[in-house]
Amino acid sequence: MFLTISTTGTAERPATDLGFLLHKHPDKAQAFSTSYGKAHVLYPEASAERCTAALLLEVDAVALVRRGKGKGRGGAPDAALAQYVNDRPYAASSLLAVALSSVFSSAMKGTCQAKPDLPARPLPLRVEVPALPARGGAELVHKLFEPLGWTVTAAPVALDTEFPEWGDSRYVSLVLDGEQRLADALRHLYVLLPVLDDAKHYWVATDEVDKLLRAGEGWLSEHPEQKLITSRYLSRRWSLTRQAMERLELVRLAEADDSEVEEIDNAVDEQTDTEEKPVPLAVQRRDAIVAALKAADAARVLDLGCGQGQLVQELLRDPRFTEIVGVDVSMRALTIASRRLKLERMGERQAERVKLVQGSLAYTDKRLKGYDAAVLCEVIEHLDLPRLPALEYAVFGSARPRTVIVTTPNVEYNVRWETLPAGHVRHGDHRFEWTREQFRAWAGEVAERHGYGVQFVPVGPDDPEVGPPTQMAVFTATATTTAQRAKEEKAA
Amino acid sequence: MTSNETRVRTLPVTDLSLVVMIGASGSGKSTFARKHFKPTEVISSDFCRGLVADDENDQSASRDAFDVLHYIAGKRLAAGRRTVVDATNVQQESRKQLIELARKYDVLPIAIVLDVPEEVCAERNSSRTDRADMPRRVIQRHTRELRRSLRHLEREGFRKVHILRGVEEIESAGVRTEKRFNDLTHLTGPFDIIGDIHGCASELESLLGKLGYVDGAHPEGRTAVFVGDLVDRGPDTPGVLRRVMSMVASGDALCVPGNHENKYGRYLKGRKVQHTHGLAETIEQMEDESEEFKQRVREFVDGLVSHYVLDGGRLVVCHAGLPEKYHGRTSGRVRSHALYGETTGETDEFGLPVRYPWAEDYRGRAAVVYGHTPVPEATWLNNTICLDTGAVFGGKLTALRWPERELVDVPAERVWYEPVKPLASEAPGGHEGRPLDLADVHGRRVVETRHAGRVSVREENAAAALEVMSRFAVDPRLMPYLPPTMAPTATSRVEGYLEHPAEAFEQYRADGVERVVCEEKHMGSRAVALVCRDAEVAHERFGAGGGVSGSLYTRTGRPFFTESISGSAAGTAVTEEILGRLRSAVTEAGLWEELETDWVLLDAELLPWSLKASGLLRSQYAAVGAAAGAVFPGAVAALEGAAARGVDVADLLAKQRERAVDAASFTDAYRRYCWTTTGLDGVRLAPFQILAVQGRSLAGVPHDEQLTLIDRLVAGDPTGLLQTTRRLFVDTGDPASVRSGVDWWLEMTGRGGEGMVVKPVQAVVRSAEGRLVQPGIKCRGREYLRIIYGPEYTRPENLDRLRGRFLNHKRSLALREYALGLEALDRLAEGEPLWRVHEAVFGVLALESEPVDPRL
Repeated sequence: MFLTISTTGTAERPATDLGFLLHKHPDKAQAFSTSYGKAHVLYPEASAERCTAALLLEVDAVALVRRGKGKGRGGAPDAALAQYVNDRPYAASSLLAVALSSVFSSAMKGTCQAKPDLPARPLPLRVEVPALPARGGAELVHKLFEPLGWTVTAAPVALDTEFPEWGDSRYVSLVLDGEQRLADALRHLYVLLPVLDDAKHYWVATDEVDKLLRAGEGWLSEHPEQKLITSRYLSRRWSLTRQAMERLELVRLAEADDSEVEEIDNAVDEQTDTEEKPVPLAVQRRDAIVAALKAADAARVLDLGCGQGQLVQELLRDPRFTEIVGVDVSMRALTIASRRLKLERMGERQAERVKLVQGSLAYTDKRLKGYDAAVLCEVIEHLDLPRLPALEYAVFGSARPRTVIVTTPNVEYNVRWETLPAGHVRHGDHRFEWTREQFRAWAGEVAERHGYGVQFVPVGPDDPEVGPPTQMAVFTATATTTAQRAKEEKAA
Repeated sequence: MTSNETRVRTLPVTDLSLVVMIGASGSGKSTFARKHFKPTEVISSDFCRGLVADDENDQSASRDAFDVLHYIAGKRLAAGRRTVVDATNVQQESRKQLIELARKYDVLPIAIVLDVPEEVCAERNSSRTDRADMPRRVIQRHTRELRRSLRHLEREGFRKVHILRGVEEIESAGVRTEKRFNDLTHLTGPFDIIGDIHGCASELESLLGKLGYVDGAHPEGRTAVFVGDLVDRGPDTPGVLRRVMSMVASGDALCVPGNHENKYGRYLKGRKVQHTHGLAETIEQMEDESEEFKQRVREFVDGLVSHYVLDGGRLVVCHAGLPEKYHGRTSGRVRSHALYGETTGETDEFGLPVRYPWAEDYRGRAAVVYGHTPVPEATWLNNTICLDTGAVFGGKLTALRWPERELVDVPAERVWYEPVKPLASEAPGGHEGRPLDLADVHGRRVVETRHAGRVSVREENAAAALEVMSRFAVDPRLMPYLPPTMAPTATSRVEGYLEHPAEAFEQYRADGVERVVCEEKHMGSRAVALVCRDAEVAHERFGAGGGVSGSLYTRTGRPFFTESISGSAAGTAVTEEILGRLRSAVTEAGLWEELETDWVLLDAELLPWSLKASGLLRSQYAAVGAAAGAVFPGAVAALEGAAARGVDVADLLAKQRERAVDAASFTDAYRRYCWTTTGLDGVRLAPFQILAVQGRSLAGVPHDEQLTLIDRLVAGDPTGLLQTTRRLFVDTGDPASVRSGVDWWLEMTGRGGEGMVVKPVQAVVRSAEGRLVQPGIKCRGREYLRIIYGPEYTRPENLDRLRGRFLNHKRSLALREYALGLEALDRLAEGEPLWRVHEAVFGVLALESEPVDPRL
């Protein structure tokens, strides 16, 4: 990883003053030890007209991985996450920011004993970072540096010139030009390099807040992207550590299959929180479900595919629901649901009403038998169609609650979503989306096969042309079993 | 009081029973027991008093003493040993406890009463020093209570009551050990066990004919065994009864009762029963039969024994299946279990009682052959098999030849009776008895394997696997196998290398493997292909729906080609295209006939790697290359600038140049495994093993034979999809041969090849100590390992550190996964139900999420 800082000057105000400011003599190459490798400072050019200081950090990738004391069993969380194949030795990340602050600490503070008036003077500066990882792309780079008075040139780096179809990498080649005080420039880089990288190598500790406030003094409070900078810089300590712990088994399964963990660990959508922000179609959906449950006089309810537990939370508010079981296949979703419901702090009586369990509708499950109702809220579309019969049997054949409520998107309505490109599904993990006719056909056959009656209820604005955004089917068991018949006969 | 004439009596006592001696103190019970039973068979209350109180006559210790007595008796009965309780047992309360004990262990309670005059008892006691001071009233009370009990003993539950009166009768009496009715262990067959017939007389005649019976008798002296449910529902119950009864009478057949015979028997005795479940048909058909025949039927049904233990205890036949603890036992519970099976108390969606899946828990030594529950196919499960293949519902009538274990069946001539519930559910596994249940895979589990015993799966690993299996995998019916992980060769000390084949050859030599095969590694993605002859076969053999003719999936069970959203079947179409080409190749190579199969399961490598791993490639590999490519020109230029100014940066500059070269090599390394494909253009499949075919696991077929088959397969594909796997055979004990193996590898990896896998030619091999030997060891090429260990791993200081890697966990994992994979194939081959196969397959996936260094 590598960056250069250049300035220009005149005979009266030589560019080589940069050496004084940085406290590094232009005619020497100096090396400094940092915790992730050796940092070198050297000057490729140093004249009165033009002076460039280069910071080169030799990152030891092997040591980076081995820091986790895995001993082959991969015990520490990062032993599975970290890779020897790592961009850290090449890209300008938080490691470089740390090196910057330790090698140029006086310069960052703006002290210069040799020429005390120098630090306060803005200089014509040029900063070059040839490989800057930028989550958010060149656009964000502009947004972050331009408000600080820099002229920004950010050229995307291609992933692989031999495979142009792969597109650009997440790196940009960055050039900043501007009249800035050196200390300010360094503090900008110190904060914004890791913010753009958005993947810190160390656990963020509480003193990071102080560090951010110090480095951001004088510019951060006025920065239009203050919020993004702060949240990325502090990168939510709790979530970092938690993720590492929770996702481990899935990470390994992804690695075993040469795939990215995001491909299979997408049950919990971080960005959208599985909740459509603008209007609460999700709220309308829940209202409709609760109404249907009440109409069915259900007290013991299964929420199959409960995700992050929004519906469970809603049901808990109504004491008529005496037993609520949230079932999901994703352990991570269940953990988040448990946190949302504050299960650990819930009163005993209340806690007795609710249970969260891992389960899968690809299998029959004895634990799910004997409930009044089951809700499958936006669940079926997350299954590959060929595997839908297994779910059908698990719910309608094996668990057999009296009432089953199924909601799923109505694909016809997608044309009404302004933000949704034509032909796209509403969620990356949707394996299919059905028209009203397709849904009705499926529901009708299921009801027929398993002895249920079915009714359809629109959820959300019922568009005369394309129908409602969400379609809901309410199944009610009709078949009387021999046991029930026997009971009735006895009674008669 | 004393009888004048003395009869000599012989008391029949069943070989497995709880014999309760009843008599007053001093009546001679201990003497009698000693005389007629083995000393270890007899437990006396006096002895137990002594055990707990150091005094055989300490009455205050009675409660504890009887606790001990019951405990010991319970242990003996559980183990199937006759037990004689030597205590006064004159009180009903004490006998009641013993009867409960007998019932608990499903053995016959037998009473032997010694009725001796009070004076005799008193006299005997007084002559014994330890009982001399026993008050006379105690004996009087005993005698009184005994007299009061005599008439009730049968009603209390004793199945045999022997009363011996007077000293002489007692002294002259003998005891004869009797076998239980169900104990036919002396009969060794051979047998033909026939499933539920339900009045399908014509099918029965066809089946008997097919089995070689001529007019109810087998020329080779075989014995037919009927599992019951001869009657009801079908067209000709009288015909079936006539045939079976005459065969039983002539000794050509045995028959156990089904629940339908039982109900019909009750009807014949005039009890009130509902004429449901086909009884009405029987009654109607029997109307024209003679009273004499009806009477014979009544006696026949009445005389049926709940189950039989045959062939030296190796075979148990009963109607509804029987857990091992009930084999050979005799109680109402055993009878009811044998006739009706155990239910969970629930009813299913068709209103039928849900049956407890007892066979899943069965671990018994004896094979249990039964009927009762219609199944689409008779399949072995844990040494049990259900022969009710729904003949009356239009299925087939099935027989099992014993000891050959061959199935013989005839199809139903028509649907004689509409089933309430379809024979098979459409859910995965429904065709083999029951759909997959969460309990098959969830939580901490232990999977029994033939090759490596018990393999355990931890709860957290099962949880992760459940998510992947449920959300991303192909239909479990089409995923009968997942490939195990493979351990790398021991770390090399050769300069510049982390892995080198020398260690692999040496490891096999040390394990006693002489011949190994080196197979080129293709650096694609591991792929398993299930290729059926057509969609119909896929449906019949695997229960696949939707017209697919097989599957093609990754090592975690995910399909290679997924549906591109909005309902288009693009993924399926590409998969089917590949399966189609494979199918033609199999046909061309003549393997359907040669392997006697209509499907093959292939282990293969799908190329290019970029096809599946494109996400990973972009985010991980290409990204690193891109960052390095962007940073080095500037960094090197800066150093050159400084050097030109006379600053001493020579070392640093040299090092950065080397790093730049390493980074470029890294980019070259991954690029070799990437190329652009459109549709199937550019896609290659390199099969290297046929894992299984119908009825057979081929995992044990030596690799040289395997590769010959594979070569024919590849040759049978004119489209260029199939790619051959280059190989070299090496003798681990021959230095020249080993050297040629090393050279081969050096040459291949020198050109950028991924490396090779070394396998014992004999495939499944055990070491001298009986351990399973690694089925393969990978030796990855020097350049390829850059993708794994990073661009600069070859620098000496990096190699030194990387050599400190730990392989033991990976090796153990590889073996456990291998054992599970083999187990899945064996279960598949033996036609075990889906959930049994899936259990092992799921285990492989779960183990893959165990924490082990992912670079190994």
